Amino acid sequence: MAYWIASSPHNHQQSSTSSLMRLVIYATIPGIITQWYFFGWGNLIHIGLAVVTALIAEFTVLSLREKKVSEQLFDGSAILTAVLLGISLPALAPWWVSVIGSLFAIVIVKQLYGGLGHNPFNPAMAAYVMLLISFPVQMTSWQPPIELMSIALDFANTASVIFSNFTFDGYSVEQLRTHIDGYTMATPLDTVKTNLTLGMTIGESMSNPVIGEHVGIGWQWINVAFLISGIFLIFKKAIPLVTPLSFLLSLFICSLIAFLLSPDSNASTLFHWFNGACMLGAFFILTDPVSGATSVKGRIVFGVLAGFLVFVIRKFGGYPDAVAFAVLLCNMAAPLIDQYTRPRTYGHK
Amino acid sequence: MESVIERIEQGHFWKYHGGIHPPEMKFLTTDKPIRPLAIPKELVLPIQQHIGNAGELLVKVGDNVVKGQPLTASSSMMAVPVHAPTSGTITAIEQSIIAHPSGLNDLCIKITPDGEDKWRKRYITPNYQSLTKVEILDKIINAGISGMGGAGFPTHVKVNTNAQINYLIINASECEPYITADDLLIREHCSAIVDGIKILDQLLEPAFILIGIEDNKPEAIKTLQKETQDIEKIKVCVLPTKYPTGGEKQLIMALTGTEVPTGVIPNSLGIVMQNIATCFAIADAVIHDTPLIKRVITVSGQSLEKPQNVWALLGTPVEFLLSQCGYPEQVKKHIIMGGPMMGFSLPNTKVPVIKTTNCILAPSEAEIPNQVKEVECIRCGQCAEVCPSQLLPQDLQWSAKAQDHQQLNKLNLFDCIECGACAYVCPSHIPLVHYYRIAKAEIRQQNLLDIQAEKAKQRFEARKARLERDKIAREEKHKKSAAARQARMNAGTVQGNQEKSAVAAALARVKAKKSQNNTDNKLNDNDVQPQEEQQTDKKSQVAAAIARAKAKKVAAQKVKETQITADTKQVTVSQEQLPEKPANKAEDKKSKIAAAVAKAKAKKAASSADAKSSAQSSDDIKQSSDDKQTKITAAVAKAKTKKQLKSTQLQHELTPDENNKNDAKEINKTQDVTDKKARIAAAVAKAKAKKKQAESK
Repeated sequence: MAYWIASSPHNHQQSSTSSLMRLVIYATIPGIITQWYFFGWGNLIHIGLAVVTALIAEFTVLSLREKKVSEQLFDGSAILTAVLLGISLPALAPWWVSVIGSLFAIVIVKQLYGGLGHNPFNPAMAAYVMLLISFPVQMTSWQPPIELMSIALDFANTASVIFSNFTFDGYSVEQLRTHIDGYTMATPLDTVKTNLTLGMTIGESMSNPVIGEHVGIGWQWINVAFLISGIFLIFKKAIPLVTPLSFLLSLFICSLIAFLLSPDSNASTLFHWFNGACMLGAFFILTDPVSGATSVKGRIVFGVLAGFLVFVIRKFGGYPDAVAFAVLLCNMAAPLIDQYTRPRTYGHK
Repeated sequence: MESVIERIEQGHFWKYHGGIHPPEMKFLTTDKPIRPLAIPKELVLPIQQHIGNAGELLVKVGDNVVKGQPLTASSSMMAVPVHAPTSGTITAIEQSIIAHPSGLNDLCIKITPDGEDKWRKRYITPNYQSLTKVEILDKIINAGISGMGGAGFPTHVKVNTNAQINYLIINASECEPYITADDLLIREHCSAIVDGIKILDQLLEPAFILIGIEDNKPEAIKTLQKETQDIEKIKVCVLPTKYPTGGEKQLIMALTGTEVPTGVIPNSLGIVMQNIATCFAIADAVIHDTPLIKRVITVSGQSLEKPQNVWALLGTPVEFLLSQCGYPEQVKKHIIMGGPMMGFSLPNTKVPVIKTTNCILAPSEAEIPNQVKEVECIRCGQCAEVCPSQLLPQDLQWSAKAQDHQQLNKLNLFDCIECGACAYVCPSHIPLVHYYRIAKAEIRQQNLLDIQAEKAKQRFEARKARLERDKIAREEKHKKSAAARQARMNAGTVQGNQEKSAVAAALARVKAKKSQNNTDNKLNDNDVQPQEEQQTDKKSQVAAAIARAKAKKVAAQKVKETQITADTKQVTVSQEQLPEKPANKAEDKKSKIAAAVAKAKAKKAASSADAKSSAQSSDDIKQSSDDKQTKITAAVAKAKTKKQLKSTQLQHELTPDENNKNDAKEINKTQDVTDKKARIAAAVAKAKAKKKQAESK
């Protein structure tokens, strides 16, 4: 005859963290499909490897921490981290790159700091940066779009390259990256940056086959796909509007100013927007609630800072793409941003 | 203010931050009229049903009461009386469970109705316009009216203000899901409500009267507009449906655009807010002399067979209401008193309804599922988006879990109105309001302890100061008495001298004791202490010796005076010698014997030889007799001295006496000589004794 005692409120919206995570994972599917279409099976294999490693690592650590494994293992956070990492890696990177990255992301960046909700850095991006710094060769051997490759890669051959560094026919990654004309192909961002150091203008770089019709074969459409997914998530209220908006606007304004000052040495605004991990970062990385700012004002500052940093590092830094570094720097700044952008309470000055 | 009225008339209301849109669920009860209920078997009336103090009991167990009879009296400003909801007998006045989230007990009056429902005498006042403000307030307080919107603030305190009131706001928003009590009351008793509003108008004389109502009550809005269309002052303001529009601060913001500063009551801003049901009760009280004994309660929830609004007598146990509305037996029971957002769960159904109960909710499992597991906060920030007080529930939750009271105060925890919007949206199902309530309780308790500690500290400081003052006063007193004593002792009077010597003797005793104690207790400090002891010993010995010498002097003087009249010079001389030779007892005795023998001889000579010679013969005879006597006495004395020599080591002193023995002629001389020699011997003996003493030391 016992009556259920609970604290008010007794009503609930019936949303949950795991459903939120699941929604975000589903939203990455268009981008993943686009990536598969243009670059082949590489990233899918990496996503698979990363997810499996992440789940094993999470299970191990949760058991060591004596937490309820069944509740927390499949709440979607580990899988989402692994998916984002898998998307970010070069398609032909060795298998151990994604395994090490996933392990690092889950065990060190997430669980070591306290698990879900306590990590100060975005786990996928922190792992990406760690891999980039530790294994620069493997992490910069980007596979060119399929239509530009001289050697065809099917699923089995891709798996072979990932697991043994060579295709069945014995081609290495370097050989796969070589254009018919004999030069190694890079990402559009990398191409433009390298050409600038060689003294070529932006206009001359744009004639590179990697760039294609618009701003980069494959890369542009992947970014468009992530943009659409992001707008879908905003519509579903899974991510806040202000963070991606302020990030994209900030990057746009910075690149616009640079482009207007010197079109020959600065790429166009749309080039920046639809290349690299810009859209992925705007809608999936920066909007990670745990490592971002909390108030609306804080998120605006967060986004503006991220956009500015992406532009600066892309222009003046050593790496072609800067989203991961910018995200980490903004994660570091988030607590300070939070403290100074607290909203005014009702009734207080 | 003009722009506010313009906007209100145009319907352009303000918006407050945040708010949620939970499913309204009002369809369950909104289409049925208010049902009057039968009288339950027992009524349990808590004597405090409002914010403030309980009234004083007027009745005792066994009394028969009539309907409307006051059971408690208002003894202080914040006390509101309770009245008997029906006629019957008071069966008990005891601790019983009350309508509070804690489920604790409080003093309740239990009435068993007799079924007759007999009223007390009531005096109708149809023209309330003729009443003075004081009379109206009297009627309100005597009717036991407190706020019926949920908080229960004594109405007579809220409307008893001399300040200039700009807006009297009537709260008809009823923003919580499920509740339709006010809605039905407006639809059925609008004219009485408007009467109540007019009474408040007479009391407060506001510039405008705004009735705030949400747009999900179209019928009620129409009824209100019709009833108030003739009164220029009253404006019916239709607000968009959002939870929690009915909160006081939020409604003020929505209707007038003013933000109530923290810690300030709206009275000081010229705004008074009353719930619409309270207006109905005020009209009943002032016009019909009917105290607050019943109210409309929504009994709702999908587990009930007949959810409906009911007229419930105050004190009705919840189980009666549930049985009247068809609550079936079920395994998992969850009864909520109040709405789903701010109501509290009941531990059992014996809880009575009180003046502030506006809903009893009996949800089914599907409607309001039992608690889902709490997960970690992922910092999504949705809670801050919906908070009507513009707080940061996320940060509050982190600080509340860490019990960081300083940070909680900085984040303005006490501005939280506990509406539950944040917990409603939290994807991690964190019971945020629960954490805030616990944190608020902890902070309040800590504040009480701080106050107590502060009081204790002040008491301690005062005591310390008092002890200091006493000490200083004591020292002053001692100084004064010491100075007086010194003056007395040095004055030179007999008493003064006595005092002095007495003090000196006392000091000497104390020091002797101290030195003894020192030797007993402090065996380790051999170097310093013995010297001190020796010094004290010496000092005391010296003092003692001085005292003895003085006493002796006095005694010697006395003896001298008595010995002037003695017979013989020699006797006196020998006797004189006596006190001067304290160390030589042998010599004393000897000379005494010699003196006695001489005396006897003298007598004999005097008797035998009468007229021979004058002085010389007598002197000769005396001398001869003396010689014989002295011979004998000398021999006896010698023997005795020999004896004593052995014991006192004075042999060498007696050799001159032995030499005198052999010479007869010399006996004459020896008489003198022995006297002299005795004196010399005595002196020598004394000196030797002194030496020996010095050696023995």
